[in-house]
Amino acid sequence: MASPLLTAEEQRVFDDRLAEILSHYPSDRKSAAMLPALHLLQSMKGWLPPDGMEMVAHKLEVSPERAYEVATFYVMFHIRKPGKYVVDVCTNLSCSLWGAEDLLAYLEQKLGVTAGESNGTWTLREAECLASCGTAPCLQVNEVHHENLRSRAAVDAVFARLKPAS
Amino acid sequence: MPLAAEKIITRNWGRPDSWTLDAYKGTGGYATLEKVLGMQPAQIIDEVKKSNLRGRGGAGFPTGMKWSFVPKDSPKPKYLAVNADESEPGTFKDRYILENDPHMLLEGIAIASFGLGVHTAYVYVRGEFRFQAERLQKAIDEAYRAGIFGKKLLGRDFALDCYVVRGAGAYICGEETGMLESLEGKKGWPRLKPPFPAVVGLFGCPTVVNNVETLAAVPAILQKGADWFAKLGPDKSGGTRMVCLSGSVNRPGVFKVMLSTTVRELIESPDFGQGMPPGRKVKAVIPGGSSAPVMTADELDVALEFEALKQIQNMAGSGGVIVMDDATCLVRSLWRVSRFYAEESCGQCTPCREGTPWMTRVLRKLEEGRGEEGDIETLLNVAQSIAPYPPMGLGQTICALGDAAALPVHSFVVKFRQEFEDHIRLGKCPFGDKPWGHYGAMTA
Ligand SMILES: Cc1cc2nc3c(=O)[nH]c(=O)nc-3n(C[C@H](O)[C@H](O)[C@H](O)COP(=O)(O)O)c2cc1C
Ligand code: SF4
Ligand code: FES
Repeated sequence: MASPLLTAEEQRVFDDRLAEILSHYPSDRKSAAMLPALHLLQSMKGWLPPDGMEMVAHKLEVSPERAYEVATFYVMFHIRKPGKYVVDVCTNLSCSLWGAEDLLAYLEQKLGVTAGESNGTWTLREAECLASCGTAPCLQVNEVHHENLRSRAAVDAVFARLKPAS
Repeated sequence: MPLAAEKIITRNWGRPDSWTLDAYKGTGGYATLEKVLGMQPAQIIDEVKKSNLRGRGGAGFPTGMKWSFVPKDSPKPKYLAVNADESEPGTFKDRYILENDPHMLLEGIAIASFGLGVHTAYVYVRGEFRFQAERLQKAIDEAYRAGIFGKKLLGRDFALDCYVVRGAGAYICGEETGMLESLEGKKGWPRLKPPFPAVVGLFGCPTVVNNVETLAAVPAILQKGADWFAKLGPDKSGGTRMVCLSGSVNRPGVFKVMLSTTVRELIESPDFGQGMPPGRKVKAVIPGGSSAPVMTADELDVALEFEALKQIQNMAGSGGVIVMDDATCLVRSLWRVSRFYAEESCGQCTPCREGTPWMTRVLRKLEEGRGEEGDIETLLNVAQSIAPYPPMGLGQTICALGDAAALPVHSFVVKFRQEFEDHIRLGKCPFGDKPWGHYGAMTA
């Protein structure tokens, strides 16, 4: 049998937090909590499995298609299970002017994965401007920001600090 | 003469724990809020009007005027939606406001809310700003405990709630109506205007949308007076402003400048950019985020101010100034910019949805040495059919992303046409495998 989406304890945590989020909105506007609810689920599961999107839709009293539509619109939501580490490298103009293309190529080689693809450990993606152009080039690993990555040594230092993939 | 401007928004940056309530109160924070609670709400709006504060999010719309569009006698609740989406390429100022002085923003939110009769404010923070969203949330929690937010605003009979909402990676959610849709829990499809958000906004209710920097300027205006703020700037534009300098300069960063500061001064001054890399000259500058038209090295003596830039068919936009040196390939640069708009177009309007990838494909073809006679005309025609330029007019699209995609293409191609033709003539990029200028390669 497939394992349930959340354990009973996790579901309780989810429901409590969702109740708090819903208190931020008018009572007839539950569906406004869609982004926060999807973020919440993703923070617990690491991605948004189909039954998870259905659960969220059910709680917000909208159709599952609505949850799916929102999840697919935003690049930070993962509707497929990503690698343990999601690496988003900004290659927009200001970062490219400080070596972002080289940075991306170096990461492809270092992590052994092509940009836009995923292996069990790494998902490597090109990102749009991360509002860090003055400290370019930059990237995020699982939503944690790293900047001033001008040298291979600086990049190596960032990745050396990550916990090894289990 | 040093050019650095009077510190307003950045005055606490660099102080120990500048993001905490204690530190903010230690420099007089929230005293202005206390003061304005004794004023009539209409007086607050008047002061902001007189200050000539103009929106710092991109369009430069006069803030006081926007506030006065909110219907006074609406039976519906009113909302404040704070735009902390900061996604315009080249822009990175709101990030530092959220990191260094979130309480200055919160005081601005509280003052604006009291003036507008708003009881709920949402701060829409781009999803990638997880750290900033968390820091802001901590500041909001402190403000609740200090009796600023909650059932009573500093003891007055005025309830005010403030919530952080995280985006999830979509540039279009910085566009004000895209943001409102996202706040309503939907994909960020911009709405047709009118009606404007001030009349029909969040949940169908009157809503003011303001940028982070705009609201962070409000406490100082109410503290020191509209006249003081207005006099810092030229005729129609009060205050100083934050500009974000990036690209090929020796010292990129966020700088507080007078509105009379020119692009050249920003790049060259020891207070700001500290000049071009050794042996390099300016080739091209984008003065207001990647949506603004590009300018040539001959145009740099223009002030970084709304009206001055408008006069040369350009725009001050979000304050993102991106510099490209003479070793940079502009076809490659434009291709990257164009790819961004193709990626971020929401797809509602045909010219934007179809035109942005088309321009990107042609630019790629040129950069990869496959360019042909006629490609340049194609680029211009597609750009023109999304948004006519010049003169800078309204586009044919629901939101200004269409214009933003077309303006760079049109201006790059017209102003640097020779470089595009060279790519076709040579059948390759003249810059070979070093297209990104002086700082554009990684070191060991
Ligand atoms: C495509 C697009 C993206 C935008 N992105 C942002 C943004 O990230 N942050 C922002 O404050 N304004 C952004 N704007 C401008 C907003 O629509 C709006 O004008 C602004 O938030 C109003 O605030 P202000 O009057 O204080 O400037 C964007 C506009 C467009 C067309
Ligand atoms: S102009 Fe582009 S981004 Fe804006 S609404 Fe139309 S398709 Fe969407
Ligand atoms: S271009 Fe990379 S952070 Fe802005």
